[in-house]
Amino acid sequence: MDKKATVLSILNDLTGEDFTNNLDEDLFASGLIDSMDTVQLLLQLQSQLGMDVPVSEFDRNQWNTPAKIIKKAEDAD
Amino acid sequence: MLNLQPYADPQYFLLLMLGLLPVMIGLYHGRRFKTYETLISLLFIILMFTGAKWQQGVALIGYILWQLAIVFGYLHYRKQRNQTGVFVLTVLLSILPLVIVKVTPAVVLHPSLLGFLGISYLTFKAVQVIMELRDGTMKDVELMPFLRFMLFMPVISSGPIDRYRRFQKDYEQVPERTQYLGMLERAIWYLFLGFFYKYMLGYLFGTVLLPRIEFSALAARHMYWLGLSPALIGVAFVYSMYLFFDFAGYSLFAVATSLVMGIDTPMNFNRPFQAHNIKDFWNRWHMTLSFWFRDFIFMRVTFFIMKHKLIKNPIRVSQVAYLINFLIMGFWHGVTWYYIVYGLFHACAIIINDIWLRFKKKHRKQLPHNRWTEALAIATTFCVVCFSFLIFSGFLNTLWFK
Repeated sequence: MDKKATVLSILNDLTGEDFTNNLDEDLFASGLIDSMDTVQLLLQLQSQLGMDVPVSEFDRNQWNTPAKIIKKAEDAD
Repeated sequence: MLNLQPYADPQYFLLLMLGLLPVMIGLYHGRRFKTYETLISLLFIILMFTGAKWQQGVALIGYILWQLAIVFGYLHYRKQRNQTGVFVLTVLLSILPLVIVKVTPAVVLHPSLLGFLGISYLTFKAVQVIMELRDGTMKDVELMPFLRFMLFMPVISSGPIDRYRRFQKDYEQVPERTQYLGMLERAIWYLFLGFFYKYMLGYLFGTVLLPRIEFSALAARHMYWLGLSPALIGVAFVYSMYLFFDFAGYSLFAVATSLVMGIDTPMNFNRPFQAHNIKDFWNRWHMTLSFWFRDFIFMRVTFFIMKHKLIKNPIRVSQVAYLINFLIMGFWHGVTWYYIVYGLFHACAIIINDIWLRFKKKHRKQLPHNRWTEALAIATTFCVVCFSFLIFSGFLNTLWFK
């Protein structure tokens, strides 16, 4: 599975929604994820993709859409 | 000798704008007069602590030296190693002065000599830098930028609480002329909105109405069980209005002054009484504080618990984290029963709120959603919040125990 699919599946697990066609949806503004989901997202990125993202790296403006998260995952290595 | 309390009277605003005039002229011409800005900021800080307040001034100097030693000591250490124990010890040492200042009045019944106006807000900033050094999101800190961040004059007494990297970026970037003119426009709007909030509405609720309705509530206390009179409900709402307009007014002054200095300090309030639920409320009320707690306490606690699998169920994790988060917030306000109960009350409120949100998500189709249910949600949230502020005000302490 490529990184894009992994990120989308993590987001699907957290929110119950499929973002394949909604890559620019604002996750925080729409209330789809909160701080708790954020932490789970970071932990999943760590365990599934080996991305080490500290909590204080998490700037909401840079992580607020599926597209941005995928970009972060792809840029990670 | 002249003593100037931040945003306290018309004289302060006149002197402040006069003092900042050269800064404005410089920024308008695309230049930041760093030395002048530092000197005028220091002058206004010194004038906060003249006369009878000189002890607080000495406490501030001592406090800054203490934080410098801790932050730069940790920076030096962090460049070579990264042990959790050292990090925890560093954070504890950094909050130690604040803990002493908060605990002293509860133990010996007089304020600590280490205290000064603004100590909590400086502590938030210092701890934030330590946390970011630990995470590696900040690799380095320099002396002057750190001091400038800690002692940024417009926000020194009561926030808003900025973040180091954000502040530093604004400081190093001189805004373009059109952008700066836009900032000045916002500054003027915020300044006058602040006057309206703090000196008209805050005065109306806090100075004119509050003492009267508190008097009625005290007069009626023996006629009702636990003194729960209709006037007490009035106290809750009037006090909440006072608290909002006074603090939001102050925050507007602080943001306006920052903007004049070319720094886009984050806003503290976003129509909190229009919140649809308690969670929404904390995204709108004293935002820089609640976001600080969210980022540096709630998220770190949940991350820690889940990573080490101390609790399996994510819902339980969030509930534990909410309790820790709001209890710390309660203690931060002061070591009195009513601040701690206020913290617990909000923890319970947000836990119940989460249970409701999960229920709503599951039964989305069965539950009606229209403008009436929204109005009901806003009204309920408003009442819950006003009740929490009645606890916070300490008036129940007067009503029951004095």
